[in-house]
Parts: sequence; structure tokens; C-alpha cells
Amino acid sequence: MSSWFQVFSKTSAYLLGLVWVLPLLYAFWAAFHPPEYATQFSLTAPLTMENFASAWEQAPFFRYMLNTIVITTLILVSQLFLCTLAGYALAREKFAGRGFAFALVLTQLMVMPEVLIVENYRTLAGLELVDTYLGVGLPYLASAFGIFLLRQTFKTVPQELEDAARVEGLSGLGIIWKVFVPLAFPTYLAFSLVSVSYHWNNFLWPLVVTNTEASRPLTVGMAIFGAPESGVDWSVISAGTLIAIGPLLILFLIFQKRFIQSFMHAGIK
Amino acid sequence: MFSRFNLKAWLLLLPALSFLIAFTHWPTLKTIWRSFTWAKSDVAPSQFVGVENYQILVDDPIFWKVIENNFWYALGTVPTSIALAIIMALWVNSKIHCTSLLRLAFFTPTILPMITVANIWLFFYSPNIGLFNQLLGLVGIEGPNWLGDPDIALSSLMVMTVWKEAGFFMIFYLAALQTLSPDLFDAAKLEGASTWRIFRKITFPLLMPTTLFVLINAILNAFKLVDHLFILTKGGPNNESNLLLYYIYETAFSFLDSYYAATLTVVMLATLALIALVQIFVLDRRIHYR
Repeated sequence: MSSWFQVFSKTSAYLLGLVWVLPLLYAFWAAFHPPEYATQFSLTAPLTMENFASAWEQAPFFRYMLNTIVITTLILVSQLFLCTLAGYALAREKFAGRGFAFALVLTQLMVMPEVLIVENYRTLAGLELVDTYLGVGLPYLASAFGIFLLRQTFKTVPQELEDAARVEGLSGLGIIWKVFVPLAFPTYLAFSLVSVSYHWNNFLWPLVVTNTEASRPLTVGMAIFGAPESGVDWSVISAGTLIAIGPLLILFLIFQKRFIQSFMHAGIK
Repeated sequence: MFSRFNLKAWLLLLPALSFLIAFTHWPTLKTIWRSFTWAKSDVAPSQFVGVENYQILVDDPIFWKVIENNFWYALGTVPTSIALAIIMALWVNSKIHCTSLLRLAFFTPTILPMITVANIWLFFYSPNIGLFNQLLGLVGIEGPNWLGDPDIALSSLMVMTVWKEAGFFMIFYLAALQTLSPDLFDAAKLEGASTWRIFRKITFPLLMPTTLFVLINAILNAFKLVDHLFILTKGGPNNESNLLLYYIYETAFSFLDSYYAATLTVVMLATLALIALVQIFVLDRRIHYR
């Protein structure tokens, strides 16, 4: 292999890496400098926290963030619980109709609720759950992806272990809780991270089903905040963007190895 | 024993299945039914109108525009994202310096919300002060109106999509690369095979299952992910960058025509079903879910 090729390859790798973080770098630049430096780059530009203050004043970020946290948690807790039960049934129970039930689950991997916004909105309106946490979460309380992942994992648990637990006097839910859940810990972690980052970032369905600050998550809030009609300048939008992505970004940077491994783990299944 | 009704299993499945059915299968059926009905207003009772909505669909130039756009959008984003993802994974998996930093850089867009990063890209793309045109200005080129020019708007969306997705797909390739035996590559190097030849004859064929998996997901995303349209172009100018799901949203929630929106949704569902069938019968032959 020619060294010329290696140098070229390395240089392109670093260049592309730089291009990939450019939007984030720009957001940091604009957020920490006065608005007049938003479009011109100078090493002598003074630093300021002013943009964060005015972003914080112009939009109820605290409320948005609270909403996002509540909605994401509600969805995750429900998914972990319901997918465990369904995943166990599909992996370990023999019954007529199992193939059919599994096919129903696999269908939802293809057709996700956001494609069906029209009908799902009608359902939610019928239940009078528009603009509530439960309304935003309801279509996602069970996850086909979660069921699928846990089913694959539960299948690998040796039968002897389950039998032994039964001899010990455990039964039904006890076996799931004491034997299967601990053994599937990496899968739970992987699924949780994928689910949290999906729902933290979800936009279309929350946009449709929320009307007010009472339930609006960060993504929808940011869309309104950043809209050109609102007349907010780049620096303040950048500051708002950093506020919005901050918690997830910090979590990601701390646990990035786990994060990436989890996405890999979830992808291989 | 196998045919016995297993109450315990169904009780375990019931909660999860009821949610899936209530928000996926049942609304799918209702959407199909609604596409054959019509009503003067939302409160008026709907009546069966046969294929009338579909006749409107066939005569709707925006519908055809949106389908065409979505086709080009998929064609423009999917192969590019996959090619970049493979290259990124090879880099990150190689012995160059700072691979973990590179991996972090490539992966970061994946965890950021599309809607907030679109705000930043909006600045990159703005006509006069935007970063791209400032950079072009440095070398004396007058940059285009990235989002306002009907010929370029869709391509500008594609660029951002590739940026957002390539790092996500990289992860799957990285996972696959790490399962490949290094002996294979050492042997090939001993034989004096060139880098390109090793990639073409060994790495790429071995990555095929991953490529198929990523391909399906990338195509699905090309239809399901329209968040950035809300910030960058709103489908404009003049629907030149409009995509099917965004048009469904507009029809249902801006034009308040849920019957025509249902008809459009049926087209979307048919597309997803087609992709699923291709996956099951053409691509998935070798993968079995035991």
C-alpha cells in the first residue's frame, strides 16, 4: 500500500470528522458571542452569556424540558414493563397463535405510529387526551422493537435455569423478574438508550397532539422558538439549541462508549 | 399440547399487543376505510364514495410532485449515506490516531434532535450571511439561495439528511467489522493484495448482510423522517422539496382534509408494505428468526 494513499485517507478522515462537528461548533460559537459576531469569525470576539439569558427568557425552556423528561420517562417505563411480558411470552411460551402474534409485532417495526398521524389524532381526540402527557406517550407505550429485542435475548436463556427456578418455588412473574430480567440487563440498557434518544428527539407526533406549554416537548418548543416568524436572532437560537440538546449531549459525552455499544448491540439483534 | 389455549401467554401479551393494535393495526384499517369515504365537514356523517378520492389523487399534480421528490430524495440520500457509513466505519476501525474522537464526531449528529440541528443548518444555508455562502464568497463565488431556489432546495435537504444519518449507519458497519477475523486481512496482505482489492473481494462481500439491513432502514427513513422540512423549507418553494409524509401532515392539519390525507396515507402504507415484501422475499432469505 502506498503511503501516499494512507496520508490521503487519514487527512480525509480528519477533515470529514471536522465537517461533521461543524454545526455543533458553530452553535457554540454563536451562543457564546454577541450577535454581531454570529456571522463573522474573529479570534478577538468577546465572550458573553447574554444569549443564554435572553433565550431562557423568550421561551419556557424549563417547562419544555420538564415535559420532555416526563414524556420520555413515561414511555420508557411502560415499554420496559410491557415488552418484558410480551417478549417472555413470545420467547418461552408455546401456544397456538404465537406465529400470528409475532407477525403483528413485526408489522409495527415497519409501520410506526407517526405514519398514521391522521387516525391516531382522531383516536386521541376521541379519548380527550389531546395536549396531555399521556396523549403524547400513548401510541408508544408498547414498542415492537423492544419486544423483538427482548424476545431474542430471552430465547438464549438456558431452559435448565428456568427449571431450577421453578424447583426453587418461583413461579410465573417471579421467574421473569428474578431470572430473565437480570440476565437481559445489556439488552435493557441498549433498548433504553435507543428509546430515550428516539423519544427525546421525536417531533411529528408531539407537534400534532400538543397545543400548549402544558405538554409541549423541547423539540416542538424549539421549532416554534426557531421559526423565522418569531424574529429571534441566530445567537439566541444557538443558545436555545444548546440548552435544548445540552442534557442529552452531556449524558452522551459521559457515557459515549456505552451509548455506541448499545446502539451496536441493538443493531446486531 | 401445542394447540391448547395458553391463557398465561395471552395475558402476558395482551397489554403490549393491545397498544400495538390500537395505534398501528386498527388505525391502518381505519385509514384504508376512510380513503373510500368523504364528508362535507368533520362533524358531518361520512359517506362511501368508492374510488373518488383516488381519482382526485391521480389528478393531483402535487401528489405526483411529492412522489417524484421522495423518489429522488431516497435515491440521493440512501446510497450516499451507506457509502459514507462504510468509509467512516473503516476509518474508525483502522489504526489511525484518535479513532475514538473520530467515532464521536461521526456519531454525534445521530443523538441530536433533527429539529434543533435544522435550526443551525438553516443558518448555514441562508442566502447572504449564511456560512456556506460566506465560505464561497471567500473564493469569489456567489453562492446560490440553497433553500429558496427550486432547483436546489431538495438537494440541500439531502445534504443535511446524509449528515444526520451516515454516522448512525456507521455504527452497524463498525459492529460488523469487529466480528471479522483479522487473519483474513493478514492473509490477503501477505498475498500482496491492494487495499482496494481487499475491500472489494473480502470486506464488502462480508458486510453484505449489514448493507441489506442498513439499506432497508435507510429507505424507510427516507419516507418517515421529515422533521427538517418543518424548519428548512416547509416543502417549498412551490412544493419543490415537499415529501409524502409532510404532504400528509399539511393535508390533514393545514388543509383539514382528513379524507384525502387518509388516501395519501394509504399510498404511504403501500410503499412501506412493498419495502417489507422486498425485505422478506428478496433480501431476507438467509436470515431466519428462530
